[in-house]
Amino acid sequence: MNFNFKHEWIETNIGLMAVLTMLAISVGGLVEIAPLFFIDKTIEKVEGVRPYTPLEQRGRDIYQREGCYLCHSQMIRPFRDEKLRYGHYSLAAESQYDHPFQWGSKRTGPDLARVGGKYSNEWQVQHLVAPRSMVPESVMPNYPWLLSTQLDISDTADRMKALRKVGVPYSLTQEEYKANVVKFGETVAPLLHIPDAQKNLLEQANFGNYDGDRSGVSEMDALVAYLQVLGTMVDFSKYDDDAFVNDR
Amino acid sequence: MSEQKLQSQTVQTTGHAWDGDLQEYNNPLPVWWVYTFYATFIFAIVYWTIYPSWPFGKGWIGGLSDITYVNSAGETKTHSWNTRALYLEDMNKAAVEQKPYFDKVTSMSYEQISRDPEVTAFILSSGKALFADNCAACHQSGGQGVVGFFPNLTDDDWLYGGSYEKIHQTLMDGRRGYMPSFSEVLSGGQIDQLANYVASLSGLEHDAAEAKAGDVLFHNETAACYYCHGVDAKGRKEIGAPNLTDGIWLWAGVAAAPSGEGKVAAIRTVIAGGLSKGVMPAWAGRLSPEQIKVLTVYVHDLGGGV
Repeated sequence: MNFNFKHEWIETNIGLMAVLTMLAISVGGLVEIAPLFFIDKTIEKVEGVRPYTPLEQRGRDIYQREGCYLCHSQMIRPFRDEKLRYGHYSLAAESQYDHPFQWGSKRTGPDLARVGGKYSNEWQVQHLVAPRSMVPESVMPNYPWLLSTQLDISDTADRMKALRKVGVPYSLTQEEYKANVVKFGETVAPLLHIPDAQKNLLEQANFGNYDGDRSGVSEMDALVAYLQVLGTMVDFSKYDDDAFVNDR
Repeated sequence: MSEQKLQSQTVQTTGHAWDGDLQEYNNPLPVWWVYTFYATFIFAIVYWTIYPSWPFGKGWIGGLSDITYVNSAGETKTHSWNTRALYLEDMNKAAVEQKPYFDKVTSMSYEQISRDPEVTAFILSSGKALFADNCAACHQSGGQGVVGFFPNLTDDDWLYGGSYEKIHQTLMDGRRGYMPSFSEVLSGGQIDQLANYVASLSGLEHDAAEAKAGDVLFHNETAACYYCHGVDAKGRKEIGAPNLTDGIWLWAGVAAAPSGEGKVAAIRTVIAGGLSKGVMPAWAGRLSPEQIKVLTVYVHDLGGGV
């Protein structure tokens, strides 16, 4: 059989051209992304990483709503200068329950991957309300409404159910709850139980008193609770500094 | 017409013809470009053999390039090239250069450090960077603090003590300030009296009769202010209760108040409402012991005392 390929076949058949174009550009994605799903070490095996509590998760929603990610990354790269300023480099495991992750690459402000525990709640609240009262050279906008707006907690369980659908191990049934006890321990598992979402949220907000005002739960409570947990789940003192080298 | 003919003779076409006479020029790529293109293929193959490249089974091909580093357990290890090993190598290199200095910082006492100009210079420069990264957000870049929020580190007034040991303890474990609210324990009049008394302690404008009554309240069991602030009102550093006699106001907005009455009112606000702020985070988990010692000396040099 004489197979005589002619460029003209493609150029004169727009349907064929579209299919072939799509194939060509998907190669980049296939070779770079697809193998990550089959490589064992993509997500490091590390203790302590858990899904966000309902309050933290709502804080994360506000983080996204206000577009914090437009100026703040959450990805400390493995460079000496980043370690000195921000702390241990980020692990893939640390954002395994983030949907979507907040890695980013735009740093108008500093990286926030390990901002948890670095500053007091008061600082966070005052800094969000009026950034320049704390950092005179800051260009961050003011977010005063976070303090005066009450958090809408009516749909907390629904939001957790949606995340459960994409793989976050929030528990809906007793079996799932028991699995979480095994996986995350007895203190964490109850916080991940969807039927108790509102109760857990209110308890954490009242106990943590993040915005310094115990009457009601403001959006500030949620956002500060989220910021204060960022990067604190893994205790790196338990690991040698090269514990995660073999994972890459 | 003759010009068109000339072109069709000198330039090749692809040979297609649409609508009878529509033709397409065929301009081959320059030879140098084509060979550069082939060279990138060769480059890619060389690159794959040196650096990690293709996924293979449940892992990937590591490449021939190695990195040697020393880990925190002191073991020397070699690993195929990756950014995390490269990072450790980079950290090692800096650690080796800084080791003589950090060794001195670790082994010397605070007294010895203060008398050694070389170590002091090291602490001033490395401490400045550490302070800027970790402390300046609250205490400001010069350590001057923010009235109403974070204490000034450059004056000689220390809530928890300004000795090396106390500053070290503050950095390691953090602090948490607290003053109870007196609005339910005392009447409004009693709080006024106390506010006037506290104003009188540092020579602010006050009502003498009110202040006298406040003096009694301060020292008896009704308000019992002396429990924390001391009988002489000079504070108790072991619990972070401030000195009320030195004219330094961190929490009450005294400096900003325009009138004498306003200053008393600012003091009154604190007595009535109490405080549950003044939280200093603990740094033991975030910074290394040497870094905390460097910061201790740096902060002490800003305005340390006893």
